[in-house]
Amino acid sequence: MKIAIPKEIRAGENRVATTPEAAKQLQKLGFDIFVESGAGAAAKFRDEDYQDAGVEIVKDIKKLWSDADIILKVRAPEHHPELNISEVDLLSEGQTIICFIWPAQNPEMLETLAQKKVNALSMDMVPRISRAQKMDALSSMSNIGGYRAVVEAAQHFGRFFTGQITAAGKINPAKVLVIGAGVAGLSAIGTAKSMGAIVRAFDTRPEVKEQVESMDAEFLMLDFEEDGSGSGGYAKTMSKEFIEAEMALFAEQAKDVDIIVTTALIPGKPAPELITEDMVKSMKEGSVIVDLAAEQGGNCKLIEKNQVVVKHGVTLIGYTDMPSRLASQSSQLYATNLRHLLTDMTPEKNGEATINFDDEVVRGATVVKAGEITFPPPAPKLSAKPAPKPETKAKPAVQEETEEPKNSSWVWMTVGALALILIGAGAPASFLSHFTVFVLACFVGYMVIWNVTPSLHTPLMSVTNAISSIIIIGALIQLSTPSPWVVYLSAFAILITSINIFGGFAVTQRMLAMFRK
Amino acid sequence: MSQGLINTAYIGATILFILALGGLSKQETARRGNYFGIIGMAIALLATVIGSVTENYVLLIGAIVVGAIIGFMLAKKVAMTQMPELVAVLHSGVGLAAVLVGYANFLHHGTELVGIEKSIHDVETYLGILIGAMTFSGSIIAYLKLSGKVGGKPLLLPARHWLNLILLVVAVWQGFEFVEQSAEGAGLTPLIIMTVIALLFGIHMVMAIGGADMPVVVSMLNSYSGWAAAATGFMLANDLLIVVGALVGSSGAILSYIMCRAMNRKFINVIAGGFGTKPTASSGDAGPAGSADDIQSVDSDEVGNMLLNAKEIMIIPGYGMAVAQAQHTVYQITKSLREKGVNVRFGIHPVAGRMPGHMNVLLAEAKVPYDIVYEMEEINEEFPDVDVSIVIGANDIVNPAAKEVPDSPIAGMPVLEPWLGKTTVVLKRGMSTGYAGVDNPLFYKNNTRMLFGDANDSLESVYKAIAT
Repeated sequence: MKIAIPKEIRAGENRVATTPEAAKQLQKLGFDIFVESGAGAAAKFRDEDYQDAGVEIVKDIKKLWSDADIILKVRAPEHHPELNISEVDLLSEGQTIICFIWPAQNPEMLETLAQKKVNALSMDMVPRISRAQKMDALSSMSNIGGYRAVVEAAQHFGRFFTGQITAAGKINPAKVLVIGAGVAGLSAIGTAKSMGAIVRAFDTRPEVKEQVESMDAEFLMLDFEEDGSGSGGYAKTMSKEFIEAEMALFAEQAKDVDIIVTTALIPGKPAPELITEDMVKSMKEGSVIVDLAAEQGGNCKLIEKNQVVVKHGVTLIGYTDMPSRLASQSSQLYATNLRHLLTDMTPEKNGEATINFDDEVVRGATVVKAGEITFPPPAPKLSAKPAPKPETKAKPAVQEETEEPKNSSWVWMTVGALALILIGAGAPASFLSHFTVFVLACFVGYMVIWNVTPSLHTPLMSVTNAISSIIIIGALIQLSTPSPWVVYLSAFAILITSINIFGGFAVTQRMLAMFRK
Repeated sequence: MSQGLINTAYIGATILFILALGGLSKQETARRGNYFGIIGMAIALLATVIGSVTENYVLLIGAIVVGAIIGFMLAKKVAMTQMPELVAVLHSGVGLAAVLVGYANFLHHGTELVGIEKSIHDVETYLGILIGAMTFSGSIIAYLKLSGKVGGKPLLLPARHWLNLILLVVAVWQGFEFVEQSAEGAGLTPLIIMTVIALLFGIHMVMAIGGADMPVVVSMLNSYSGWAAAATGFMLANDLLIVVGALVGSSGAILSYIMCRAMNRKFINVIAGGFGTKPTASSGDAGPAGSADDIQSVDSDEVGNMLLNAKEIMIIPGYGMAVAQAQHTVYQITKSLREKGVNVRFGIHPVAGRMPGHMNVLLAEAKVPYDIVYEMEEINEEFPDVDVSIVIGANDIVNPAAKEVPDSPIAGMPVLEPWLGKTTVVLKRGMSTGYAGVDNPLFYKNNTRMLFGDANDSLESVYKAIAT
């Protein structure tokens, strides 16, 4: 099958849907790859690089589209400024297009694609299940967005991120607040942290606390019980009381921090307002807010989409094209995501991609199949979070276990005491003196053996073997008797125990000699 | 030599034996401990020979010399992977010796005892032979199983608990018979019947136990051999034997306890040989823990790259490493990576291998320095910082189901937790389940990569990828 990669036509879009590296891998699956001339230029991939990777460069855009079986793009089809027709009109029946379509926001696009009787897979619809992580382009892009958000903030922030003591005086580290610890938030946390800032993070989902803390950032807690986890690892809308408590926390933090990165999004809804005008006013002069939710209206209402503005002395960054601003990186990740999806669709590696609805990932991503709209897909079977049921079940089990030994140890103590009383009442003195020795030796053994390091358990066994062959004494004592049977039995016992004694000590010695620092 | 001198020599030997075991608490003192043991044994032997042996010197020296030669040869020849077999053979020796000494003592009729002292002495003789015979036959079976001469699968006879109970009842009954008849000067018949029963019991007990439970069995037999020596000591009224027997007996018991705890089993079940609640019984109903699609396999070059890019590496060896004899390749990889500044460490589960401490000995043989080899409890909380964990031929000891699935057959068993680290590479022949018959969700985790094939071959190509 032929795969075509046209140049992105949206102004300011620098990404490209495949890299020379990914193209090579796609060829291994049996595909022929065609790239529009100059498609990778903005992402710093030259036509020659593609050619070196075995890709054919095509200048004629119409031919590129019409010859292809599969078209890989970043953005959804739109009006082509040079040809003056829509990219949708370049598609013909039976072709497959894979790109970001955002079907929920663009129902008209689905209609037009369906009329064209094409297949369309939307990369933003790849379900969030473990197996699909390598194809999850949203996560890839969010990761880059989070990184770039901090870089943008650093550019507009007038100070260092890291703290230093220099000859010219002390530099305080910048304080960064990240709201929303999803993929983008965590990426922003990691970036800010590695630049030396003090990072705090907030999220309505308590389970991300660990992830935040694993990155050495501080997780801000609300004194409030409510779990914000929605399905598929996203957040849901919270109650009014919760939001009030949350806003109070942000108001307090705004006075203290230098940089705020907001990433709070709820699927299919406008971004919640988290940073009010009053909070912006309360921030220090020169502070920066980066709003990664600007596309959906912004977590801060003062933000202006795709603009950098200064209001109340605070720089507000509302770029919606963060990944495109890091085009080489995001192209590389996006191309790899696409490659994994195509690998999934081409199980035979014969260059024939199929849209198999039994594959949960392909089913989720496919929004139009042979002219039929297949969006929305049925709900994914797996949730990212295990059901809470087993946890509650596990707890009583643990309690039972801790209680049980207590009871049994009492039983054993009683049994032991009774046994001692019986022995004391019935046994003669000669036995008791040996019995005393025996019991004390057991305790000495108990104390000594617990100190043995587990790595020496094997030498311990071989040396105890040698030592327990002290039973040879029993044979020695009986060797000098007149009865030939006793003598032979004893001699045989001496032979066996000698094997044990010499063999046991020698092998222990050999083993211990091997342990070295 | 006076009895007083002999007794003080025994006291000296006892102290030296305790010091020998105490020395094993640290690597630095372990070798000195072994010397203490040797000296103690020499003192005890010399004192006994001088004090008790008055004739049959040729037989004595002949037996010791032949025994010494065989012993040294065994010790020299044995490969470290075969240590469990050797230990099992040596256990059987102690058991057999206890039986022989018991019979010799019974036939000898040395000091004449009367009344209750006679009865107690008879019970001691009876017990010594009983435990000795059990240890002997059990160890022989353990040896055969460990060396693969008998299949590792547990032999589960129908109504085996009833069978054990019948054997026990007969043994007790014969015990009463023996004490009664012995008072009249006879008693050999019940003694022989009991010996046969004990031998059968030993065989049956170990036959019912499967391959990966061997660490428990080996340490349990170690314990039994100690108790056999202690019973013999009671019979001969010899405190040295009693003390040593008690030391060894409790040592083996503690080891068994540690092993049981590491597998989340009840100690008492194992000591009694009752593996009735073993998970093997329910192995059939455990389905696969994930879909085959989730398995991500890699090749050795990729593993090599992962290792070179890592800072913290944890190697988790299991019995598979011993089977593939891969410990030397593991060491080469370790050495090469450590020279490149990568922090390579080892995490050892208490029941990894077929004997307590088995992995440590194998790694020591391959010259892995012992200060980078850690126990599970020391290392488990460090997994979140580990970049790459390499699981070599281990399964149940790294099974997250033990933590996450409350009704799993291995639930509650402490396990190493490599899945908390960044990436786990599992070396395995195929997707078969471990001993417990439980599928391992680790293999399906998102951050797990499978490297299929013989562990040694795989590791050698990984080593090539690193070295070039």
